[in-house]
Amino acid sequence: MSTLPEPIEALLEAALVGELTVVDANGHPVTYPLIPLYDGEKIYLTSSTLFSRKLEHIKGNGKVSLSITDPIAVGGRTDRATIQGDARVIEEDPHGGWERLLPIWEKKEPSIVYFLTQRVALPLFFERSLIEITPRRAFYWPDGDASTAPQVSAAGKAAA
Amino acid sequence: MAAVTKTPRTPALNLHEGLAKLSTYPYQILTFVDPDGYPVSVAVAASIDADGGSATFASPAGLTIPTDADVSLTGSHIRPQPGYGYDERRHVTVWGRPAPATNWGAGRGAVSFTAARAWGWDEAEVPFFEYSERSTGQSKKYFDALSVERGTPVKPRLSLGWLALRTTRLPFLSATIVPVVLGIAIAARHGSFDLLTAVLTVIGASLVQLGLNVANDVFDTAQGADDANLTPTKFSGGSRVIQYGLVSFRQMAGLATIFYVAAGLIGILLLAMRGSPALLIIGIVGFIVSIGYTAPPLKFVYRGLGEIAVAIGFGPLMLLGAYVVQTRGALSWEPLVASLPIALLVALILYVNEIPDRRGDARAGKRTLPVRLSKPTVIAIYQVAAVAAYAIVVVGVIVGQLPIPALLALLSAPLALQVSRGLAPNYDDPYGLMAVMGVNVKVHLYAGLLLLAGYLVVLIAGALAPSVNLFLH
Repeated sequence: MSTLPEPIEALLEAALVGELTVVDANGHPVTYPLIPLYDGEKIYLTSSTLFSRKLEHIKGNGKVSLSITDPIAVGGRTDRATIQGDARVIEEDPHGGWERLLPIWEKKEPSIVYFLTQRVALPLFFERSLIEITPRRAFYWPDGDASTAPQVSAAGKAAA
Repeated sequence: MAAVTKTPRTPALNLHEGLAKLSTYPYQILTFVDPDGYPVSVAVAASIDADGGSATFASPAGLTIPTDADVSLTGSHIRPQPGYGYDERRHVTVWGRPAPATNWGAGRGAVSFTAARAWGWDEAEVPFFEYSERSTGQSKKYFDALSVERGTPVKPRLSLGWLALRTTRLPFLSATIVPVVLGIAIAARHGSFDLLTAVLTVIGASLVQLGLNVANDVFDTAQGADDANLTPTKFSGGSRVIQYGLVSFRQMAGLATIFYVAAGLIGILLLAMRGSPALLIIGIVGFIVSIGYTAPPLKFVYRGLGEIAVAIGFGPLMLLGAYVVQTRGALSWEPLVASLPIALLVALILYVNEIPDRRGDARAGKRTLPVRLSKPTVIAIYQVAAVAAYAIVVVGVIVGQLPIPALLALLSAPLALQVSRGLAPNYDDPYGLMAVMGVNVKVHLYAGLLLLAGYLVVLIAGALAPSVNLFLH
């Protein structure tokens, strides 16, 4: 079930990188570039345990946002979006649980499948947890320009 | 386990550096937390004054930026590589407090931003592998917290096969197999060959090396050397299984003990079967060299004697040991001469592998030769030792100690030249050195196999045409 406006879904599907922002214990935003993986309903990101501070922040405060701003990372599109949502960390099996997302990940980063066969070389990189984001509200800038107010949509419906 | 040093964290980024980096991005991502507690990000074009520690940008339309909380400006870049993924990863974030700007252009409201702290990563400055290595503490923290949360230990994993390969550094067994088989071949040329003891010798010697490999990790970890190494490669810096939490320190110590005990039992069996005092002496010296390589109080490698220890252990001791097992204790000059080029070339494996480790080794007080010596001296020593290895083969043939087909070993010399040429340009780049280290391992392996091939020629010739003399004297 689609929860986001079509242009934002298209951005998510095209984006090689997005900016995940979490809120730390001091209430400060902390931004991490990550590959967004969208299954048509929820947004997923994966985090190696090596770079797992973001997971600590999410466990403390699940309110996050994911922005897509880089035209180079979306094949030249100039529109931009920020999706706010509630995140949870899925970490039942850091060794292999994340591999269910491998087909979507591979579409964006084909080399990941090869690197996975070489996991002995970098074992901790492939110990990963999933971040699942349930979208709540989205901001959309059709021309990517912040001098005009964004279109805001909530709970999957366009708002003013 | 008592680590002497702690792994340094990701390099700090000061405010000026952070802002200067931020100014290089075509746009900046302004992020703040909205009244509902969710972050909001919007792309802005900031005017950045790195010297003044500030930035100014037009207030984004339709959004209210809080002035009573810190906001951040982020720059992020990747270069897509179709069919592969991406490269050129870099990002930087600067946090600071926003305020209405009073002196910036006309039009809609402007925001000034006073920077307070910065953080970022650029893989051109800190390669991904080093960045990952610097982050192993965070991974450990994650698994520790997860273990507490679940009430049961949660650890990173590898399949048993990969774990065994990584833990024991199995591919390096060529350092043992080459001299041992060569020693057996020379003994066979001298008319002594027994299959059972030959196989036992290969197994026993391999167990000694596996014990050494694992013990090396144990003692390097105990003395802080492996923790201090931020740029390990597949050829250097140890197996890292303790640092990564894949195997515990205690398990590694136990594994090293098992390998040494098994090797010792095979050694005793060989002694009982062959009754050689020379083998006993070689076995005892070999054990001392092996365990003393990293273990206190000898710590040969910490005193700049690692190359000598490795040369003796994986040269004369391995080769003569295998030889005397077959000959029931009879010694001869030929296996000793044949062991010398092998000894030099195996020592050069360690020597080159120490180059990328030298900064971490220095921090841990591991005074290897590349730690002690300048770059030109290190490279010059490599060249002299490599030339000496091949010169010994030639001289050995000329004086009649080695058979003429032993000259086949010279075919590996171009690889040594390749290593020599690769050292200078990659000396300060651990990951660039990886290819050079790989070729250097091949120099030893191929030279040893070619020497062995030379002896096989001698053995075959001896069987088919006993009257043909393949020695100059």
